[in-house]
Amino acid sequence: MFKLSSEGIDFVKKEIERYETRRSAIIPCLYRVQKENKGWVPPEAVAELSQLMDLPEAWINEILNFYTMFNKEPIGKLHVQVCCNISCCMNGGRELASHLNKEFGVQGNEISKDGNVTITRVECLGSCDTAPMMQVNDNYYENLTPEKAVSVIKELM
Amino acid sequence: MQVKVLSEHYDKPEFQGLEGYKKLGGYVELEKAFKMDPKQIIEDVKAAGLRGRGGAGFPTGVKWGFLPDNGEPRYLLCNADEGEPGTFKDRMMMERAPHQLIEGMIISSFAIGSKKSYIYVRGEYDESIRILTKALDEAYKAGMLGKNILGSGFDHDMDIYVGAGAYICGEETAMISSLEGYKGQPKLKPPFPAIEGYLGKPTIVNNVESLAAVKYIIRDGVEGYRKHGTEKSAGTKLFSVSGNVVKPGNYEIPLGMPMKTLINDLCGGMKPGRQLKAVIPGGSSTPILTAEEAMKVNMDYESMAEFGTFLGSGAVIVIDDSNCMVDLLGVLMHFYHHESCGQCTPCREGTGWLNKLVASIYKGEAKMTDLELINGISNHMMGKTICALSDAAAMPALSFLKKFREEFEFYIREGKSKVKGSSYAQMHH
Repeated sequence: MFKLSSEGIDFVKKEIERYETRRSAIIPCLYRVQKENKGWVPPEAVAELSQLMDLPEAWINEILNFYTMFNKEPIGKLHVQVCCNISCCMNGGRELASHLNKEFGVQGNEISKDGNVTITRVECLGSCDTAPMMQVNDNYYENLTPEKAVSVIKELM
Repeated sequence: MQVKVLSEHYDKPEFQGLEGYKKLGGYVELEKAFKMDPKQIIEDVKAAGLRGRGGAGFPTGVKWGFLPDNGEPRYLLCNADEGEPGTFKDRMMMERAPHQLIEGMIISSFAIGSKKSYIYVRGEYDESIRILTKALDEAYKAGMLGKNILGSGFDHDMDIYVGAGAYICGEETAMISSLEGYKGQPKLKPPFPAIEGYLGKPTIVNNVESLAAVKYIIRDGVEGYRKHGTEKSAGTKLFSVSGNVVKPGNYEIPLGMPMKTLINDLCGGMKPGRQLKAVIPGGSSTPILTAEEAMKVNMDYESMAEFGTFLGSGAVIVIDDSNCMVDLLGVLMHFYHHESCGQCTPCREGTGWLNKLVASIYKGEAKMTDLELINGISNHMMGKTICALSDAAAMPALSFLKKFREEFEFYIREGKSKVKGSSYAQMHH
């Protein structure tokens, strides 16, 4: 059962004071949960946040479900997001994603058997001049070839 | 040639930090602005002809002029939720020159009388967020933010708000909803944000590049700023060029430059053995141009309008003859379907149908009459919804079909792409 750390609780308390309304703190607090819980938001965290923030669970669920950067299921240690929007497609983004799927033996939102990698196809990440590119957790890797991408991921493992 | 007004120092790493920024002319215009009458700054921004650099091209000073004089607190919201496919200029601006944005925002806030501003940055831009956070910290420590800035008597606080993955939040009322802690769904206008925005208070939402440009209107004066560009499209603008050119990247050019010069001279033209086929001139939502049109159009608001399209966010997506238009439209329709917020029926249903119909072409399941269905659905999506996402999905569909119809017909008739060697369509999703 997930519980926020004491630093996490302090963070939530600070965030609800930071903006004009405490409702605005939902996004940053969900990010905090995700960071403390290996990249995803477990259902019990919604109840915990609801209590800490004194906001209805429905308001938190609404945000959790609307925005794509919150993961509602466990995810690999490395979340590899390959841009497959137009400029990347024109420069091999889809081939890159397929290559990584094959190389690491995962499809869709699956986690590789060793728990290390999830590979997803995402929309434009604003790095169109360096296509194809991928984001691994917080960082961008640009001007990739399939081979280069594999070696970047293996090094991060 | 590039004309580097905003981007003059972008290749100098020291421009990122406060010290280096100040050495290169940073915060000089802030001091100058504090000696001006705020109303005069608004008039100057109007007279300089600065138009919103995020996509809509609405005159920035005119937008500021809509604020009611009712004594209510007003907010400035910087739109850094750069998400229009093909656009990557705001990211560069925030990463290379965070203080340029902060300075532009303080000047703008002083002009409109705002004591609080937010920079709403898309969540994926972690590097931008880290750099901006550090810069804000530096600015506070140096007395550029907070109480009585530089002894001017003007108080201003600035904060960053991080989005969480939603293209729609780049629409100003959706951004306000998101900042308020709601789903990022647009609100019906009027009332416009300048009258009723964040928390119901008067709010100005401006793009990163628009706000940074304000500094240079103060520096160069109205005439100086107007030295570049055309009468109706004044100044310089950053264009993000991507796709199949030899040298993709961000280019700052005077508005009005021929697209031909931008693509062939600055970006090195097409790769060897390839021909220009089409250009999406202002981000994925803007109607596509044929190669012939692209070689005639100029990079300004009016010239784009003459060709039935828009300058948009300045994202120039250059497409060569190795690409299949059915495939590329499929990529775009998948995107809009994914990003529709689901609030308005024509958009929620329309984007779904367009995605399905275009996909049915490369799956070999489409009939020739489906092309009319795509046109019909697209026409029913225009101007019928709370925000412009629905139009943004319909415009590429209509223009691709109008200008490259024979490729769509060929695909339906033959069950394969007209473009030899294009195997992309098999790889969709």
